[in-house]
Amino acid sequence: MTEPPRTLLDKIWDRHVVHRHSGGMDLLYIDRHFTHEGSHHAYGKLKALGRAVRRPDLTFGIADHYVPTTGRDRPIADPAIAAMVERLRANTAANHVRLFDLGDPHQGIVHVVGPELGITLPGLTIVCGDSHTATHGAFGALAFGIGASEVAHVLATQTLWQARPKTLRITVDGALQPAVTAKDLILNLVGTIGTAGATGHVIEYAGTAIRSLSAEGRMTICNMSIEAGARAGMVAPDETTIAYVRGRPMAPEGAAFERAAEDWLDLASDRDAVFDREVSLEAAMVAPSVTWGTSPQEVVPITGAVPQAADRKTLDYMGLSPGQRLEGLPVDRVFLGSCTNARIEDLRAAAAIVAGRRVAVPMLISPGSTAVKRQAEREGLARLFTAAGAEWRESGCSLCVGMNGDLVPAGDRCASTTNRNFRGRQGPGARTHLMSPAMAPAAAVTGRLTDVRTLPLSPLPDGMVA
Amino acid sequence: MREPLTTHTGRAVGLPIANIDTDQLIPARFMSTPREEGYARFLLHDMRRGEGGDLREDFPLNQPAARGADTLVTADNLGCGSSREAAVYALADSGFRVLIAPSFGDIFYANALKNGVLPIRLPEAVVTTLLDRLARAPGQTVTVDVPDQTVRLPGGAVHRFEIDGFRKAMLVAGQDELSLTLSLEADISAFEAANRPRPDGAVRR
Repeated sequence: MTEPPRTLLDKIWDRHVVHRHSGGMDLLYIDRHFTHEGSHHAYGKLKALGRAVRRPDLTFGIADHYVPTTGRDRPIADPAIAAMVERLRANTAANHVRLFDLGDPHQGIVHVVGPELGITLPGLTIVCGDSHTATHGAFGALAFGIGASEVAHVLATQTLWQARPKTLRITVDGALQPAVTAKDLILNLVGTIGTAGATGHVIEYAGTAIRSLSAEGRMTICNMSIEAGARAGMVAPDETTIAYVRGRPMAPEGAAFERAAEDWLDLASDRDAVFDREVSLEAAMVAPSVTWGTSPQEVVPITGAVPQAADRKTLDYMGLSPGQRLEGLPVDRVFLGSCTNARIEDLRAAAAIVAGRRVAVPMLISPGSTAVKRQAEREGLARLFTAAGAEWRESGCSLCVGMNGDLVPAGDRCASTTNRNFRGRQGPGARTHLMSPAMAPAAAVTGRLTDVRTLPLSPLPDGMVA
Repeated sequence: MREPLTTHTGRAVGLPIANIDTDQLIPARFMSTPREEGYARFLLHDMRRGEGGDLREDFPLNQPAARGADTLVTADNLGCGSSREAAVYALADSGFRVLIAPSFGDIFYANALKNGVLPIRLPEAVVTTLLDRLARAPGQTVTVDVPDQTVRLPGGAVHRFEIDGFRKAMLVAGQDELSLTLSLEADISAFEAANRPRPDGAVRR
């Protein structure tokens, strides 16, 4: 008798079951656990229980959510923020957990740093008290966000009780048109299936358009799976995955890597594997897109308009009216950053737009990690951004979540490469338009929402790649 | 251990709004607050208050009939968005024990149960009728029977709801998952011995 065909999710799941409960839940072993300043509730629970972290070697601390993006050479000015970072230091030190602190060359946004260092590897179970943990699924890992009680549970036991989610395969075939990015693709997917469209499911992204994406592009897609309600997003490991992982500081080396790589390639869903649901999309149909509302599903092509039937309260908040065209809408500021779109590829795409131009409105750039920042400086991108008048900051979650003091003033309209346009997300009363790392700088140089396809590219200085 | 939730009768208040995300349930700027200080005052902070920070009279949760309500009914996709358990702290500290909606964000759903708050999924049409009823007369009674997996709505209609056996058992016993897991230490150690999870990933399972 042959084994029934299994999905990528099944294969990873089955390898991690520690105990099966009669009530339908499995106790899963967790291979990697990332904590950050916001994990203070969980460390507090652990302490109250009188327990220590069970596997400090599989647990990591990263300062990202609350860290300032300026003045890293000085003590943190805001006492509440300083206390959050200090608490993370104390909690990780007391538990012998490695911390990527301010000043560490590997500091950055957890979902950028994990893959960068090879802490994230295919086939692993990865959790973090942050919903964008789905990002790591780009490498064929099962990665998902958890709440503070679950963080405490993982700290204490290195395991988690989970019901096996349903599976949704999203197949994207064909080629993306020029100037259309992974961000436009995922915004369109969220717009198509809705913010509750994948609730209770793990998405596996498949198809030729997904295969053609870089590891960075796949991270952008998986990152926003949660915006479609999914528990996680995944892409089966392939040669792109292996090329990205090879040589990362914490990845296996030599023969061990070759053995691991062979194993990772076997994780792909079996040919006849059955998914609970299937959705497909033609890559060629996707245009550069922007959100108009306060939910990521409220998205249209840049050439489109606010729907006639749009919710009145949403439009009041956003300062828009039904039928209003998006292209040409004046913006007050631009943010390039976040775990969705602040990797080197994103900065290169933005630099290609900004090159030889000046920003018309304030533009804040927070690279995804300190390593990305250094690389962008080496490649000359940083100089190009500052020459254009953009603010080149340190790495952190910054204006994506507005916890570190970087805020959009009430009523201001911000073109943003982030993942959520919820009311107040970038500050009370802030109006957020989500878009790609090519579209956001286009808005910066014109001061208006702009179809990036209408902006001629300036040639980059010699030796620079974009 | 926490207080078991078996049968529960409480007064319900409705918010006929879809996609109430976690940033609405509690804006990020309040989340550095120590848990002991209580999170009730942060619940739906920016929705409930006018620009000066005063409670808006026209908001359902601020009306006299909502006082003492411990069952919250909303439209689709309650708690979508971030993993912040603080969204549940704000609800629990405000006295809410039962949440009713057509669907919930997955992480929020799990977080609620971990705090003894029961999220109940009911069909959209049932919730819409319930919201209409609560709009006309807030504070009507809802009774939940967890072992039976039923909820009795104002007007007397009884609906069955789904909850997995594991979480139901935890809720009814007032048990937390951690005590159960700690009793499975031998299984965890055996898994580690067999699979040797290591931070450098140099493991073929």
